[in-house]
Amino acid sequence: MEFTILIVLLPLLTFLVLGLLGMKLKACTSGLIGTFSMGITALLSYATAWLYFTGAQVDGVYQKWIPFNIEWLRFTDALHIDLGVLLDPISVMMLVVISTVSLMVHIYSMGYMKGERGFERYYAFLSLFSCSMLGLVLAPNIFQMYIFWELVGVSSYLLIGFYYTKPEAIAASKKAFIVTRFADLGFLIGILILSFYTHTFDFLTLTSGDHSIFAEAAGTTFMGGSVMAWALALIFMGGAGKSAMFPLHIWLPDAMEGPTPVSALIHAATMVVAGVYLVARLFPVYYFEAPEVLAMIAYIGAFTALFAAVIACVQTDIKRVLAFSTISQIGFMMVALGVSGYGGHHGLGYMAGMFHLFTHAMFKALLFLGAGAIIHAVHSNEMSHMGGLRKHLPVTHITFLIACLAIAGIPPFSGFFSKDEILSAVFAFSPWLGGVMSFIAALTAFYMFRLYYNIFWGTPAQHEHTPHEAPASMTTPLVILAAVTCVAGFIPFGKFVTSDSADYTIHLDPFVAGMSVGIALIAIIVATLFYRKASSIPVRLAQTFSGLHRAASHRFYIDEVYLFVTKRIIFNGISSSIAWFDRHVIDGAMNGMAFLTQRAALAIRGFQSGQVQQYAVVLLSGVLILTILVVFLLCC
Amino acid sequence: MEIQMQYYLLLGVVMFFAGVYGFITRRNLIAVLISVELNLNAVDINFAVFNRYLYPGELEGMFFTIFAIAIAAAETAVAIAIIINVYRNLSNIEVRNLDQLQEPTETTEPEEKA
Repeated sequence: MEFTILIVLLPLLTFLVLGLLGMKLKACTSGLIGTFSMGITALLSYATAWLYFTGAQVDGVYQKWIPFNIEWLRFTDALHIDLGVLLDPISVMMLVVISTVSLMVHIYSMGYMKGERGFERYYAFLSLFSCSMLGLVLAPNIFQMYIFWELVGVSSYLLIGFYYTKPEAIAASKKAFIVTRFADLGFLIGILILSFYTHTFDFLTLTSGDHSIFAEAAGTTFMGGSVMAWALALIFMGGAGKSAMFPLHIWLPDAMEGPTPVSALIHAATMVVAGVYLVARLFPVYYFEAPEVLAMIAYIGAFTALFAAVIACVQTDIKRVLAFSTISQIGFMMVALGVSGYGGHHGLGYMAGMFHLFTHAMFKALLFLGAGAIIHAVHSNEMSHMGGLRKHLPVTHITFLIACLAIAGIPPFSGFFSKDEILSAVFAFSPWLGGVMSFIAALTAFYMFRLYYNIFWGTPAQHEHTPHEAPASMTTPLVILAAVTCVAGFIPFGKFVTSDSADYTIHLDPFVAGMSVGIALIAIIVATLFYRKASSIPVRLAQTFSGLHRAASHRFYIDEVYLFVTKRIIFNGISSSIAWFDRHVIDGAMNGMAFLTQRAALAIRGFQSGQVQQYAVVLLSGVLILTILVVFLLCC
Repeated sequence: MEIQMQYYLLLGVVMFFAGVYGFITRRNLIAVLISVELNLNAVDINFAVFNRYLYPGELEGMFFTIFAIAIAAAETAVAIAIIINVYRNLSNIEVRNLDQLQEPTETTEPEEKA
């Protein structure tokens, strides 16, 4: 299985080739190189998955393999950073997800980005992102994960700011980078605390079930919690930043300024689930060492899911709707992990969260790519510029509808199965939370169909030219992803990924399944009534709840709060006074010294007049004085 | 009557300080050069006198004198060459005009940081 290292190295090589030689290549050549290399990476990933899931079981439990590991940096015996490859069910599952979506996006971008300036740069960045994301999921130790974590952050920054002449894109890329970077600070501190007390970075050691390594950390308390809980909470903060959990979600909607395929790849399917993956990776540690942190994750996830779903109902930019929907769905995954137990039926939440990650990656990528095709056709992100597009974009229409049905949780599409498992797990944890999550599921169905009807039905908007279906390079990925979305739900996911890597057979809970389908159908019917034809109900509702509507369309003023905190308090209050001190006291002292030196120099430069005779006078007077002194001393 | 050593030395001192005075006050480079020659010759007299009176029968002082005269001749040649070049550049040989090696005299304020 040593070839798995190629899965990371191949995109890296492509990045280097396209980054260094891209200027010399023709645009379509560089696109083909990127796509071809991604295709090979995808094949390697599928081969890995096949070999792993057919060969790694011992006594019905999937073993963890480390086919490749080298010591990269050695500081001390305890502190050394390795780079390697770890294969276990979730990392192999993520390999499949990432390489599939990435390949689809590569193919799609050939059509979508055609003729854009910086085409080869775009493919170079896509390769860099694929390399870092694959390296992240394959990381056998938390430090390698952190390194690649930052790499996905920077490639996300580069891709959001791809249209670097657009001020909004630059602002969005900076915002994404700074917010996630701030969260990663917590992640780094968490890693350091964790490894300081456990003396290891390795996931295998951390999750081996040996509780003695945590004894020291669990015994030490800090501000009312054990150090272990603090470390895990800080690590979760990193995950929350990447996965856009409240209150660190503000960067994701703005990240939609990037090219749409990038949103599909990074901000819907892969990078934003890195936080979920992180929690899943450390799940035994969370569950056994800090269950209170796990509960906190569940509540944060639930709140975020609700919050984002409410906002998604009133947004008018289709990509923003999808962005908030992504935040909401990641909230679902976090809740699933948060309510999960360990092993067998208790581990249902874990399995469901991973399952939802898998299905969501497919149908959300499909939704974004579909949105890209729509934007490609009408040259606008605003819903009001769309309407009645179903005749013009038949393929996009059908695939988009499939994805909407999947995310709404209608059988037999994939989203139904995974969301249903999540809901069962949550109901088993607490019926109250289960009710909330079901309500969010209904909201999801509602806003997705609001989006769907506004785009494809309703009153057709006026266009300069008739919208036309996207080229084959764009529709092919749509069809493939739609096919995956149709069948992915029937994958016996419990056979592959469970909390303790043992087999688990999924049972559909008829009560939960029936209820979730029922409320999803009701929500869809409501959306149909509201939006299929022009209707005055939404407007009247908006007027009735004008406060809520306005707050939601301003995203509950979270950005304003951030601006207030950063601009008013940090910049104006703290930074400006520090800057004043720096400018006037520190710089003043330095300038004063320079000024004094210069003045002194001016005062004594008169001696260096250049007049030889003057020098001679000084020399002679010196000699004279010395002579007189010597004579005087010798004689007396 | 033999002239006593002190008179020779007195002559040397007078010549030396005349040379120093000339070196400091003269404006013309040639005059400055002549003053330097006066200094040298005053020293030569001293050498000769000390040799003659304190170590009769020895010749070291005399030889120093002869060497000093030879070197003074060479030095004068060099100095004259320099003076000619100065004249070519400045069209005069005033000593006080020879200050081109020093820094320009305009005062610069310390740079204010923005």
